[in-house]
Amino acid sequence: MPPSDTTVNEEPQGVGDGSQDQSLIVFDDVVKRFGDLTVLDDLNFSVAPGERVTLIGPSGSGKTTILRLLMTLEKITEGVIWVGGEPFSHMRRGQGLVHASEGYLRARRKRIGMVFQQFNLFPNMTVRQNIIEAPVHVLGTPKDEANTRAEELLDLVGLGEKIDAHPTQLSGGQQQRVAIARALAMQPEILLLDEVTSALDPELVAGVLDVLREVAETTDITMLCVTHEMSFARDVSHRVLMFDQGRIAEEGPPEQIFGDPREDRTKSFLRSVLDNDF
Amino acid sequence: MWDFQWTLQILPDLLGALGTTVQITLLGYLIALVLGLLIAIARRAPFFGTVLHVATEFIRTTPLVIQVVFVFLLTPAHISPMTVGILVIGVHYAAYTAEVYRSGIEGVAKGQWEAARALSLPARRTWGAIVLPQAIRKVIPALGNYLIATFKDTPLLIAIGVSELLTEAQRIGSASFRVVEVYTVVGFLFLLVSIPSAILLRRLERRYAAV
Amino acid sequence: MDFLIQRLPLYLDGAWVTIQLTIGGCALAFVLAMFFGIMGTIRHWLPRAISTVYVEVFRGIAALVLMFWMAFALPQLSGFRLDDMFAAILALGLNVGAYGAEVVRSSINAVPKAQVEATVALNLSWFQRMRLVVLPQAWAQMLPTFGNLVIELMKATAVVYLIGVADLTAIAQNMRESTGETVIAFIGAFVLYYLIAQVLIFGMRLLERRANRKLGRTPPRGGGMRLPFKPASAGTTQAGGI
Repeated sequence: MPPSDTTVNEEPQGVGDGSQDQSLIVFDDVVKRFGDLTVLDDLNFSVAPGERVTLIGPSGSGKTTILRLLMTLEKITEGVIWVGGEPFSHMRRGQGLVHASEGYLRARRKRIGMVFQQFNLFPNMTVRQNIIEAPVHVLGTPKDEANTRAEELLDLVGLGEKIDAHPTQLSGGQQQRVAIARALAMQPEILLLDEVTSALDPELVAGVLDVLREVAETTDITMLCVTHEMSFARDVSHRVLMFDQGRIAEEGPPEQIFGDPREDRTKSFLRSVLDNDF
Repeated sequence: MWDFQWTLQILPDLLGALGTTVQITLLGYLIALVLGLLIAIARRAPFFGTVLHVATEFIRTTPLVIQVVFVFLLTPAHISPMTVGILVIGVHYAAYTAEVYRSGIEGVAKGQWEAARALSLPARRTWGAIVLPQAIRKVIPALGNYLIATFKDTPLLIAIGVSELLTEAQRIGSASFRVVEVYTVVGFLFLLVSIPSAILLRRLERRYAAV
Repeated sequence: MDFLIQRLPLYLDGAWVTIQLTIGGCALAFVLAMFFGIMGTIRHWLPRAISTVYVEVFRGIAALVLMFWMAFALPQLSGFRLDDMFAAILALGLNVGAYGAEVVRSSINAVPKAQVEATVALNLSWFQRMRLVVLPQAWAQMLPTFGNLVIELMKATAVVYLIGVADLTAIAQNMRESTGETVIAFIGAFVLYYLIAQVLIFGMRLLERRANRKLGRTPPRGGGMRLPFKPASAGTTQAGGI
């Protein structure tokens, strides 16, 4: 489904504007600093429901930080993030907004799932437990139902027979596919994919990307994807954001970004990536 | 309930006994440091090494207090309880430090031994100039832990009547029938020594961890 | 030999007291270690400060001094007299628990940050994260040092005869006094202590192996476990002496 509204860099008028937006995710003047280092510099962009956005750019340009802010793994320095018309990084207090408490975050972030570069499966659990643990304990899904769903998801990622294996018995690519199933088991509206193939041996990359293509085609999950796999980005995303030094250098549909980049920074970045890949 | 006058009165005696305790600790620990190193090296010998291993294992899995009492009962009367205490504590902790040294020695890269052999250094130079300096540097924090442990084991010398801190406290207590202040002060004196030592040790750890 | 065989029941009585003290002390130490260790990993300063105070105070005071305080000072202070056995277990548990709390704290902190991030991504609560992910993984790391602490606690029980508990050391002293045979009387106790230690070491090894298996780490054959009566290493890590 093509995004209905992809207004970017339109300055929202003060606090509270995110609630007026039709977008699912709104970054409103977001700044993130680590000490003296500014990673995200006054960033504004929004993502429509069902939209699949790929973030590209040189390492250190702040792409991963965007995902980590959305997953509440980092605290925002300035600005506000809105999700579904409600403040996300902050919560309402009277007329204004204050930094979100842990309880508020817990209530909000259950719509978001994330797949990590290093898989981060729990080694103390089997594949099955990795997948059902959160639905059972967080969503309160009955165990039978969670098990059935786990089996379906494992079939989807092509690992049905590995359900009782240990993560350590799986290859990196298999682990990552389990991690995708684990994230999907929480039925997120938004799926964050953080360089999910970067830690894999080259021959295992395709299997993981195929699974993600399948997810993209068969569901309407909103996806934010940081990747160096340009052909994957071209295939699945509705929109590509090119980042450089904490700002959006260029954005557009994948055909334009990859076929006819306008910014020099985009051109040189694409050249370097494609040189490495092929 | 708490008699400060009385506390002040007993403090000099207790501080004197603390001095004795520290003395026992340092002497015992010195024995442990030297003997432990010798054991760690000797344990590499084929047969004698195995015997030593079994012996140190036995020392480490049986209680110090019964070892102290046992040796005390078997020593001639003219040897003072304090000497016996220091020796037994020293040997007991040598069994521990030997393990620490051993892990340090095993941590020295194999290439270092081979390099020494390639230079055909004599055994004494190999150990003294190459292996031990590297091994010991790495285990200094672990060895430091045993200094504090030794200190905290000195009170059990009350079992053979050495006039260390706890023995002195018991003497004062039974002479006066006022034990609350005495034993509480002893507890604080222990903290007074062991907390600063622990802080010092952590500094040491940080310093040597960087290497 | 006859000497020991005749008096074996007495020694076994003493050994049983030693074992009870060890089990009681370990149980208390374990609960305290978990409680204060987990407290030491909480971000808020107050629980962390409480945990540090507990650890430093009870690690800093010798178990025997604590025992004397409870057996002699506490009754005078409160008019309430603890059972000697209970006082001994309390002192041992508080002391070893302080060492254990440090082990728990550092093991929890050693669980990779990425694991914690994964629990955030799955929206687990703090309690669920601890129970389902962090503690099961930290457990394998705690066990080797816990094993050393168990041996140290068992050894530390031997001082209880000084406050009048009839443990294995007390029996050895009694035997010596009633028979005049110092060497034989003590050897009986030494051997029993050694055997108890070996059983404890064996038990802890089994636990370690199980924990590693649960994490999908199978130790190389023969490397993970030794024969129970072959001298095994105990108390070699930093938390060694008590």
